[in-house]
Amino acid sequence: MSGMTTRPDRGGEQPPRPPAVETSVPPIPEQPGAQRTADLPEVTRPATADVPPTVGEPAVDDGPAPRPDRAQYGVCAFLALVGGLVILDATTRIGHAVNSADPIGPRPVPILLGVLLLIVAAIYAVDVACGGAGEPEAGEDVDLTTPIDWRTVLLLIGAFLVNAVLIDRLGWVISGTLLFWGSAFALGNRHYVRNLLIAVALSLITFYTFAIGLGVNLPAGVLQGIL
Amino acid sequence: MDNLANLLDGFANVVTPMNLLIALLGVTIGTAVGVLPGIGPAMTVALLLPVTYGMEPTQAFIMFAGIFYGGMYGGSTTSILLNTPGESSSVVTAIEGNKMAKAGRAAQALATAAIGSFVAGTIATLLLVVVTPPVVSFAISLGAPDYFALMLLSFVAVTAVLGASRVRGFASLLLGLVIGVIGVDQTGQQRLTLGIPQLADGIDVVVVAVGIFAVGEALWIAAHLRRRAAEVIPVGRPWMGKQDWKRSWKPWLRGTAYGFPFGALPAGGAEIPTFLSYATEKKLTKHPEEFGRGAIEGVAGPEAANNASAAGTLVPMLAIGLPTNATAAVMLAAFQQYGIQPGPLLFQRESGLVWTLIASLFVGNLMLLVLNLPLAPAWARLLRIPRPYLYAGILFFASMGAYAVNASPFDLFLLLTLGLLGFGMRRFGLPILPLIVGVILGPRAELQGRRALQLSGGELHGLVGGWVSWLIYAAILVVLLWPLLGRFVVRPLRGRLVTG
Repeated sequence: MSGMTTRPDRGGEQPPRPPAVETSVPPIPEQPGAQRTADLPEVTRPATADVPPTVGEPAVDDGPAPRPDRAQYGVCAFLALVGGLVILDATTRIGHAVNSADPIGPRPVPILLGVLLLIVAAIYAVDVACGGAGEPEAGEDVDLTTPIDWRTVLLLIGAFLVNAVLIDRLGWVISGTLLFWGSAFALGNRHYVRNLLIAVALSLITFYTFAIGLGVNLPAGVLQGIL
Repeated sequence: MDNLANLLDGFANVVTPMNLLIALLGVTIGTAVGVLPGIGPAMTVALLLPVTYGMEPTQAFIMFAGIFYGGMYGGSTTSILLNTPGESSSVVTAIEGNKMAKAGRAAQALATAAIGSFVAGTIATLLLVVVTPPVVSFAISLGAPDYFALMLLSFVAVTAVLGASRVRGFASLLLGLVIGVIGVDQTGQQRLTLGIPQLADGIDVVVVAVGIFAVGEALWIAAHLRRRAAEVIPVGRPWMGKQDWKRSWKPWLRGTAYGFPFGALPAGGAEIPTFLSYATEKKLTKHPEEFGRGAIEGVAGPEAANNASAAGTLVPMLAIGLPTNATAAVMLAAFQQYGIQPGPLLFQRESGLVWTLIASLFVGNLMLLVLNLPLAPAWARLLRIPRPYLYAGILFFASMGAYAVNASPFDLFLLLTLGLLGFGMRRFGLPILPLIVGVILGPRAELQGRRALQLSGGELHGLVGGWVSWLIYAAILVVLLWPLLGRFVVRPLRGRLVTG
């Protein structure tokens, strides 16, 4: 807890950079002057002139500053794909159920949404081509100067899926324990035994409070009759 | 004085030992979870939804009121004591608050935040009592076309006014609307269910909220986790000297005056009023040299504005059923969980429930003041929680809450999918709020629109009703054309004001 987190791009002095624990990717050097969105309206930032630039100006997370964020074209493709799917579903799968009480029927709204999605995808692509970039979300524990740590994210997804697959078979107490322990491991905590104790305690407490105490749906699973 | 009688009935409902205990529990858990770094008020409410699953609606609402104000208050503690900015609504508090804390005045910063929140919360809740009934009686007179127009305005407002990029806002909104379409339509046709039977009932709003807010946020933070947790500034019991009181009370009142109306507007939110309050206090202060180095006015004003706007968001939420910020959206989802649809009819059908909710806002606010002054050191210790446990805990409780909605593992896969969507949106700077508002209001907008067109036999002029809908469509136009208006009308005017 003694480590300072002052960042050079926020006007602080630079402490020796802590090594990126558990990651194989070395931290990318800072880039001052975060690229802001192209079409920033006036209204949203009424008093920024009065606000010292030390807060709320996060740096873009990856790549050196001048290179445009090309991954954004992926978002455009995703939006267009969703739009196409919605139109396809509306024109082929949804029945044409129109009657006098409902002259519109179930089809027009999805078709409209699909078309709008295609339009927005196109405008988005133009915006990206003109140098527009979204601003990654900042937060208390978010350090946007580091690249995305995919190993942690994938391990967390793994722990999450283990719980989803096992919850009905083994019950919440066991699957929840695995979820918490696995997530703590993924996030870099290596106190295996202590974490296991915390995970079991948390699962048991939530099971008794919510399932038994408040009647919330949580499965007992294989421990049925024991708990 | 019908409303006063109703409010007193509401107080009578709250002031039973059991319900007071629930209110206390609500504010305590709400503050504790809200204090935790990385957890904003919206995620606080989303994560704590399962706590209320087994309760009666009345008790659940009492608890929600506590969680709502508690989560708000917790967020400001975080921004004062942590060395890093948090959610957008408390960024402004952090500017001076954090400087004060570093200068050894954390106790005064927390005190002015706590007392200011209480003052602003109480005044704003009183305003809520006064303003909501007229809004309700106005809303009752509206027809389907007016409602449809109102929801369109809500979509356009949260998308185009808030957030930095309109294209990204509309992308987010459309994704939300598409999620809202999934399920069996009123004609019995399956839409976008992809042949998956579990999707026939649509995606539960709670699963969407928890997935986007909790899972998405946890994954995003995990991907960029600070390897050394931010420094926590130690604090004793909050207190204020005579000078601090003198410098705080006016900013509290001015902050409240900014916060409440902005909160009540369809695209209000807390960012604009907190910025405005900060700018005002900076201009009016007698200690301009302290601004940027920890001026108490810069904490008192924005913090009051923040809380007043939170109460303001309850006006459109309760009276019309329009959520205007993320927290209100999650609250709305929670109401729907109980089969309760906020809107004008709510005040007729569930009058007792609404007034109990409003009464418990007063009670919760008072409890927060009593609780937070002595407990601040304990909350500060919560900030030191090891981050692996914190984010593992978020995933743990998010999974539990989402599973418990339908007792179905399928919801967990859905939760992960939505979490990944939330992750991607944070990576690419797509705002979250339009998506949530789209999911919640989309189906209702479609319903009202189709109802309106039914009367006109499918002709588009059915979407235009009385003068109200004309007015709303005009407002939508203004919002959409705002960048142009800004360039040709507002900016020259502002330039003249600055030079003159």
